[in-house]
Amino acid sequence: MLMQVDRQSAVWSGMPVAEPVLEVRGLRISFPTRHDTVNAVSDVSFSIRKGEILGVVGESGAGKSMTGLATLGLLEPPGHISAGQIFLGGQRIDNLPDRQMEKIRGRRIGAIFQDPLTSLHPLFTVGAQLVETIRLHLRLTRAQAKRRAVDLLKEVGIPAPEDRVNDYPHQFSGGMRQRVVIALALAAEPELIIADEPTTALDVSVQAQIMALLRRLCDDRGAAVMLVTHDMGVIAETADRVAVLYAGRVIEIGSVEEITRAPKHPYTSGLMGSIPPLQGRVPRLMQIDGAMPRPDAIPAGCPFNPRCAKAGPRCLSDLPPLVEIAGTRAACWLYSGGVN
Amino acid sequence: MLVFLMKRLFNAAIVMLAVAAMAFMIFRFVGDPVEMMVNEQASQAERDELRERLGLDQGVVTQFGRFVVSATQGDFGISYRNQREVSSLIAERFPSTLELVLVATILSLVIGIPLGVVTAIHRGKWYTEALQFGSIIGVSLPSFVVGIMLILIFSVTLGWAPAFGRGDVVDLGWWSTGLLTHSGRAALILPSLALALFQITLVMRLVRAEMLETMRTDFIKFARARGVPARVVQFRHALRNCLMPVITMTGMQFGNLIAFALITETVFQWPGMGLLFIQAVTFVDIPVMAAYLCIVSFIFVALNTLVDVTYAVVDPRLRHQGH
Repeated sequence: MLMQVDRQSAVWSGMPVAEPVLEVRGLRISFPTRHDTVNAVSDVSFSIRKGEILGVVGESGAGKSMTGLATLGLLEPPGHISAGQIFLGGQRIDNLPDRQMEKIRGRRIGAIFQDPLTSLHPLFTVGAQLVETIRLHLRLTRAQAKRRAVDLLKEVGIPAPEDRVNDYPHQFSGGMRQRVVIALALAAEPELIIADEPTTALDVSVQAQIMALLRRLCDDRGAAVMLVTHDMGVIAETADRVAVLYAGRVIEIGSVEEITRAPKHPYTSGLMGSIPPLQGRVPRLMQIDGAMPRPDAIPAGCPFNPRCAKAGPRCLSDLPPLVEIAGTRAACWLYSGGVN
Repeated sequence: MLVFLMKRLFNAAIVMLAVAAMAFMIFRFVGDPVEMMVNEQASQAERDELRERLGLDQGVVTQFGRFVVSATQGDFGISYRNQREVSSLIAERFPSTLELVLVATILSLVIGIPLGVVTAIHRGKWYTEALQFGSIIGVSLPSFVVGIMLILIFSVTLGWAPAFGRGDVVDLGWWSTGLLTHSGRAALILPSLALALFQITLVMRLVRAEMLETMRTDFIKFARARGVPARVVQFRHALRNCLMPVITMTGMQFGNLIAFALITETVFQWPGMGLLFIQAVTFVDIPVMAAYLCIVSFIFVALNTLVDVTYAVVDPRLRHQGH
């Protein structure tokens, strides 16, 4: 535990430890509108190491999926990266032309999207989609690729993969389809997997299976995983570290143990308070009043100030910096000089 | 699949029966056929004799039954005007109409699909805007205007292609084709283009709309995330998904083309079924009109059924519905 904290602070202070698989520095994603520019994501920085799962958590519109899409180079115009850098294995990728990103997507970054029911092309067999992906990235013959497709399906836990490989997506259940999607993401052994709400569309028992599968694959293959979700429970069970996003900014980042045990930012405490305990008397679940501001209506100062019970005058005027507090980092005036 | 096929065929039969009933009604609505066939001085005995010979003394249901039975055997009686069998008249004209329509359909797909893809991918470019604007003209111009304009420009002014007729034809058994002779192919250019123009714009607009829709779907986004190059995504993944409605529309429109070919045929004096029908209307030649109605409807129904079946072949989801 202590070791991990030390390593993290070393990375943050810029000392060369092991090169992180993914490093995002000061990322800003902007959408030009008719009148001005709206930032969906502002000054987001984090890194993910080999074999590590970073949970990225936040409400809808907090910018978590946007961050994932930006990493894949798939932001939909007019959205674009207007500041910051993204490094994959030390190589800067945020400014690469699409031709080169095509070689990285699927090969070095695997993606898993929210809805397995719509992620697969309905008119091609899962085998055809797997073979297509494999042969795009690896030098294999059709027969070899087909064999690899069967192996991948087996690895993600699809029974009778030799037969299922010739089936169409609609012949699979939701959970099985998400396994196929994961197999597709793994097809070329990527070093980074971006899983955007991988279990949101699935029922709870299947959710647990898929998360366990993701965890196992991450451990076995040493891939780095960016797990985007709004479900703090999923993060607590699966992730190693967690970044909490609010209105496009990282407001708290640190190890899962530390953040679940002692959340620093009032928003994170609110999120933690919204998870019902499994044992004992269920107290009234905590609720955060209000809603997250839209990207075009973020208040001055701390973006959380309208909903924060502890907000003071300073929170209304100045943006709190992300500072280190006992092993995690949080952006709140409570920890950097008081709210007054 | 078999159950699916049977159901479709049954539906088709019902529709055809209804059409036959309508064609049959024409005979009864326009007056007594006997009056039209005999000359004015004919005696009552002669009239009765003819009435009996034609089976017109029997009940309506029996008459309709006989009409349907002979129609299914291809017998639509004798043309009032030509005093020849309607079936042989139509058989003579059918190949030329079908060739015209087939070529027009192929033109519309070969030109329309790529244009649709291009206008969907290169949104906002000047040539996209120009094509979009042009397609509105194509959709809204009546086909006789298009035909006359084509004749004016390409035959009268430039002299590139013949303005009327079918050129020389070659007989292949009962089929006569203009595709094998130079003059036949040249004569085909303008009428097929006139017939296809509306179709081209329709296909283009449909493909464009479908492409834009499909490019927004998750499986396209996911294909990009898997590293599939943009070109492959557009032409393999997205276009394939668009082909379904294009198949439907082409199938449906094929019937329309045969029906509307009569305008193009009139403008270009193309010796097809449409021209035959127009002449039949002029002379109140009811057997020919009824036969034309039945045959065009049959083509419509057959195509609809075929489109449904093709659907099931192309889209695996429909194929497995019965499981």
